[in-house]
Amino acid sequence: MIRKIFWQAVDAFEERTGLIKFFGDVMKHPVPPNTGWWYVFGSAVLVAFMMQVVTGIALATRYVASSGSAYDVLEFITYKAVLGNFLRGMHFFGASAMILLVGIHMIQVFLMGCYKYPREFNWVSGVMLLFITIAMGFTGQLLRWDQTAVWATVLAAEMLGRTPFIGAYLARFLLGGKTLGGATLSRFFAFHVFFLPAMIFALVALHLYLVIHDGISAPPVPGEKVNPKTYRAEYEKLLEERGVPFWPDAAWRDVVVAVGVVVTIVALAFFVGPPELGKPPNPSLLANDPAPDWYMLWYYAVLALLPRGMESVFMVAAPMAAIVFLLLVPVLWNKGERHPSRRPWAVAAVLVIVLSIAGFWIEGSIAPWSPKFDAQPLSAALVGTNSPPIVTGAQLFHDKGCEFCHMIDGQGGMRGPDLTDVAHRLSENDLRIKIANGGGNMPSFAGILTHDEFDNLVAFLESRVTIPRAQTSSAAGAAALAQSTSARAADARKP
Amino acid sequence: MASETQQPNRGEALSPERRRFMGRLCIALSTVAAVIVGIPVVGFILGPLIAPEPDVWRAVGAVDSFKPGETVKVKFLDPSPVAWAGVTAMTAAWLRRLESGDFVAFAVNCSHLGCPVRWLAQANLFMCPCHGGVYYADGDVAAGPPPRRLFNYPVRVRDGQVEILASAVPIE
Repeated sequence: MIRKIFWQAVDAFEERTGLIKFFGDVMKHPVPPNTGWWYVFGSAVLVAFMMQVVTGIALATRYVASSGSAYDVLEFITYKAVLGNFLRGMHFFGASAMILLVGIHMIQVFLMGCYKYPREFNWVSGVMLLFITIAMGFTGQLLRWDQTAVWATVLAAEMLGRTPFIGAYLARFLLGGKTLGGATLSRFFAFHVFFLPAMIFALVALHLYLVIHDGISAPPVPGEKVNPKTYRAEYEKLLEERGVPFWPDAAWRDVVVAVGVVVTIVALAFFVGPPELGKPPNPSLLANDPAPDWYMLWYYAVLALLPRGMESVFMVAAPMAAIVFLLLVPVLWNKGERHPSRRPWAVAAVLVIVLSIAGFWIEGSIAPWSPKFDAQPLSAALVGTNSPPIVTGAQLFHDKGCEFCHMIDGQGGMRGPDLTDVAHRLSENDLRIKIANGGGNMPSFAGILTHDEFDNLVAFLESRVTIPRAQTSSAAGAAALAQSTSARAADARKP
Repeated sequence: MASETQQPNRGEALSPERRRFMGRLCIALSTVAAVIVGIPVVGFILGPLIAPEPDVWRAVGAVDSFKPGETVKVKFLDPSPVAWAGVTAMTAAWLRRLESGDFVAFAVNCSHLGCPVRWLAQANLFMCPCHGGVYYADGDVAAGPPPRRLFNYPVRVRDGQVEILASAVPIE
């Protein structure tokens, strides 16, 4: 009886909506055979996005988009709310997964030539989704609204400010005023929660519609070229003769990978947790080292390593060029070979881009250009002598900021050369010239150091020679070192 | 004929000219509706560009509290604090009192990408944590990627108080 009522209700629903047939047809639409595991990344991205929607809605039930309150709310969510820390972790790793999978999906589509006729517009919608996904990641980092988020916002405004003619307006639009303040966070919240997701929903709908309309591209075969005049007929023939229903013949792999993605995100959220909250978002607190989340770290490194004076051009022109180039890809190469073995330039381009990003990413995670402000004065053991000029010079090496950029025996910054054995490389005169004049990434200390300070610092650096540990640790070795370096320091003071 | 008389009444069809007119009328009316809704919406979002807030003088301390030759951080409210801004309404500057007694205020933002520069009093240098920009005590570029010297805020002395003109985040 109940079963009969149920099926009657289903029939009534279907008779009025047609949705069951519609989705049934979509799920069972024929796809080319042997699509394999390379075709799972699109659905994996979709699942990551769905996780973001679900966890994002849950977080939004507690979040307060007020510049003055958001940090307190985040502390509450992280440390007090039931499962709040776990949910933040899922949202963070979901975002990371989405960005990573979008990149992999794009590389797969490019290498397999899936963007060629008739799927050019799907590539275009994918490119737009890529950039909106990155924008979602960036605005999401800002909603963390700690000190790093505040300075990252200023950094973004400065970058936008480099745009010719309208830069100042764009920066002010981003900040919601002339300074960071009450309007800033609610602006990011509106973009992150309403505007950008609405665009993603619309573009995902278009993307999926085009997948159904044009069909999933068959795995590429060397020698089988795309010819727009004959492609449709050949594709129809392939589906007719060898096509398999999407569900479940091809979809089972998507489901396996999607579940793997979900389990990985949940596991990372559970075992690793979300990024630590930084200090409160007070722009008058200056002891901060702002850095973007991992997926933009490579770009942060590029900005540090660009030749001086190139930033303005690069910050504006490079993203524009990247967008235009990606949009032009299917216009320029929409026919011909699809298999990567017949497209060596395409493979080389992907390799160069991926390796470059990986290289910059590693460099960005080390950030050797950042001064090491927390470097401690060199210990007596590292100084290796009691000689007054050298001991004073070692203290000056720290106090004058040299140690923030130069390393000695593994201690100090990496901005400048390692000075562990600088006395082997530079004569006393070279040292004096370098310290006085600076150059490149080093300031001139001529107007900063007194005459005595200069002498002591040079004496210390002149004592930096590579000596076996056993010798430096012994009293005799230390005394010998002190004697030789004292003599050098005394010589240095002679007119 | 009988078959003609049995056809259902399909109503009076529009003439091609009238059909074209009605189509255009619908598009025009929809455009008007979009514009009268869109203008206030866009205007509201672009409000900060249309009506920027004025700069404001903020007192940062008594003149005598600053020693000649020293550079110190001063904190003050930004030019447009709102009740819900909380601590984000605070901002800062590096204030230097010259040996002559005059004051110079530097923005805390590195001219490279806006990161907060730190004053190293013993080294007499400003250093940026982000990309290693370095500035001398007078704000000139000493090393690294900054394309120009540190930005300045106008400073004045009123009634024994040092005042800084709280203004926009320096962006060029």
